[in-house]
Amino acid sequence: MDASADSKGGAYVFKEAMIAALITLALCTPIIMFRTEADQNTSKLELIFRLTPVLVFMALAFAGRLVVLALRMRPARVKAVPSVAPPSGIRAFFTYVIGPLGLLFLFAYPVIVVWWLGPSGALKWMDSYGIQILIYVMLGWGLNIVVGLAGLLDLGYVAFYAVGAYAYTLLATGFGLSFWICLPIAGVLAALWGMILGFPVLRLRGDYLAIVTLAFGEIIRTILINWTAFSGGTAGISSIPKITFFGLVFADRENSFDEYFGMDYSPIHGKLFLYYVILGLALITNLVTLRLRRLPIGRAWEALREDEIACRSLGINTTTTKLTAFALGAFFAGLAGSFFAVRQGFVSPESFTFNESATILAIVVLGGMGSQIGVALAAVALIGGFEMLRELGWLKTFMVDYFGMTNFDPAQYRGLLFGLAMVVMMVVRPRGFVSTRSPSIFLTRRTAVSGDLVKEGHG
Amino acid sequence: MDQFLQQLINGLTLGSIYGLIAIGYTMVFGIIGMINFAHGDVFMLSAFIAVIVFLFLTQWLHIGFIPLALLVVLIAGMVLTSVWNWTIERIAYRPLRGSFRLAPLISAIGMSTFLSNFVQVAQGPRNKPIPPMFNQIIHIDYAGHSVSIQYRQVVIMAVTAVLLFAFWWLVQRTNLGRAQRACEQDRKMAALIGVDVDRTISITFVIGAALAAVAGAMYVLQYGVVSFSDGFLPGVKAFTAAVLGGIGSLPGAVLGGLMIGLIETLWQMIPTQGVPEYKDVAAFSILAITLIFMPSGLLGRPEIEKV
Repeated sequence: MDASADSKGGAYVFKEAMIAALITLALCTPIIMFRTEADQNTSKLELIFRLTPVLVFMALAFAGRLVVLALRMRPARVKAVPSVAPPSGIRAFFTYVIGPLGLLFLFAYPVIVVWWLGPSGALKWMDSYGIQILIYVMLGWGLNIVVGLAGLLDLGYVAFYAVGAYAYTLLATGFGLSFWICLPIAGVLAALWGMILGFPVLRLRGDYLAIVTLAFGEIIRTILINWTAFSGGTAGISSIPKITFFGLVFADRENSFDEYFGMDYSPIHGKLFLYYVILGLALITNLVTLRLRRLPIGRAWEALREDEIACRSLGINTTTTKLTAFALGAFFAGLAGSFFAVRQGFVSPESFTFNESATILAIVVLGGMGSQIGVALAAVALIGGFEMLRELGWLKTFMVDYFGMTNFDPAQYRGLLFGLAMVVMMVVRPRGFVSTRSPSIFLTRRTAVSGDLVKEGHG
Repeated sequence: MDQFLQQLINGLTLGSIYGLIAIGYTMVFGIIGMINFAHGDVFMLSAFIAVIVFLFLTQWLHIGFIPLALLVVLIAGMVLTSVWNWTIERIAYRPLRGSFRLAPLISAIGMSTFLSNFVQVAQGPRNKPIPPMFNQIIHIDYAGHSVSIQYRQVVIMAVTAVLLFAFWWLVQRTNLGRAQRACEQDRKMAALIGVDVDRTISITFVIGAALAAVAGAMYVLQYGVVSFSDGFLPGVKAFTAAVLGGIGSLPGAVLGGLMIGLIETLWQMIPTQGVPEYKDVAAFSILAITLIFMPSGLLGRPEIEKV
């Protein structure tokens, strides 16, 4: 049907597009055409008829199908065979230039923002953009070890994030330990949990493993909700001690960071410090991953991702290989978790739902599994982009004026776009934005790997 | 004892709903070896469709005869949900055949996120209640024990039984079912002897959606309320049912569904303080334990990995 599309002409294309529009009508019929609204007085549901969005969607489906068919009629391009040579051209740009430039930008970002917007105007840009995005970059890089390198789809990653957050919270509120002591403890605890939960599931094949990790993640969350004596239940734990700089707090009082250095108190100081802390943590994650990739264990991870059976037959111990990936990923999630707790000053199970796992997974998938730069870019695009959705006032006025959607709020579309992006990415570019897998070794010159070397007696 | 019998009936009602959803998981897994993560959200969507169609019938067309309305809700729900699942398969899963191993699962997770958020945006984040129906209660007194069954529980179990029978007939006795089973056994071979594999896979999704739509309507009937986030937990529990019964096995899915329903309701009877809240943990633990120690479930065939 698709291959012969070009020989059929306009009538065929029109018919196909009409069918797409009709299917859209069927899809929209109940769920979009009628909005259920509770009556003010009786709280009984009432139906409100709306036609405009249905017509818009039908038109979109019609046009979309036309475009898809038109694209199919172009002569197919021959796909280039992926080469295992050092990257060149645009790829070299991504590999060699974007990385250092991005790093430079990350270090300079607070300076730029503060210089441009002033200390109070920069607060939002430091907190909800800078720190928020970097937490997700770090989580993305951590999950990238498990999903991108070792090829184990972990849907319960947020559980380790929760372990880290609660570890810091409980140690700090219960024993008065400082953040810097709790940070490694939280990481190790999370890694321990990674091993405990990882051990039984390692025998499972890919998608079963995903589901079991999902189950474990939900079990941990349900326990956090219900074991009130331990975790404070749904109410969570608030007033967690803030971060300190060698014992100096960031607050408007005696013996604080600002006073010690003879500055006037400004909330931006604390934010700047938090920013550089999470930047440091994220960079450690990145560095460790990059270095490990070149070690035998890293190569074993990637081999495991490509073919587990081949791995086993080559004598790689798949259990320890998988466990290290799991534990290391969990370790970084634990670090990120305790940073999250110290930054928020409040934790509750609400922050560790499956949606959070899906968000982190989306970052890894969209960025390109295994690509560090890609994951970082995806975190910036997704988290920053969705943060921006909150501020699209003009879009709201536009929708209210032209479509009469009085309760339109761009931020609602966050999850919708997430999900759609994951599907589209899998269909269009399954390897992600940055789909190059940089090999850890290159053949820069010809070497003899011919028959005379592997003859009998030469191994 | 009376309370136990009472919970037994409640558990069977819940279990029939899980069983209906579980069939969708098990059939899709059987034919393309993929965990259709979005199936729980398809179920949730179908519950919304049921609510809207029901309100349309009673408020706009003023149909007062509830059984007729229920019949129309079931048929409309099955058709419309099938269109949804067909489209989802076409857009999100079909292009991924032959992609890398985890691609369909990731795509399905994206679809699941999309669907629940789509319903939230289209219908608002609040719970959607409908007036309770079939409220009459049958009291059964036998040998000193008394149990009361609500009419709606009878309706749910009857509808489930009838549809399961119809579905069993479809899979066992029609050409369509034969093609479906052939594809399940060996897709390449089935294609060689002239089975349209793509079409058969589409039909599998349609059947799964139709049964999920029945489950959705029954869920609304039983609980009288649905919200956009109601797809996740029943979805995971139904998947647990499918795994427990042996994934790929149709009787297994129904058996697993009934067992999960029973375990969940009986768990809530445990009198120890604080334990009943962990009913979801019970379901998740069963999922993990079954997958780890008994991956082929109760009635499933052991899976052999071919290289």
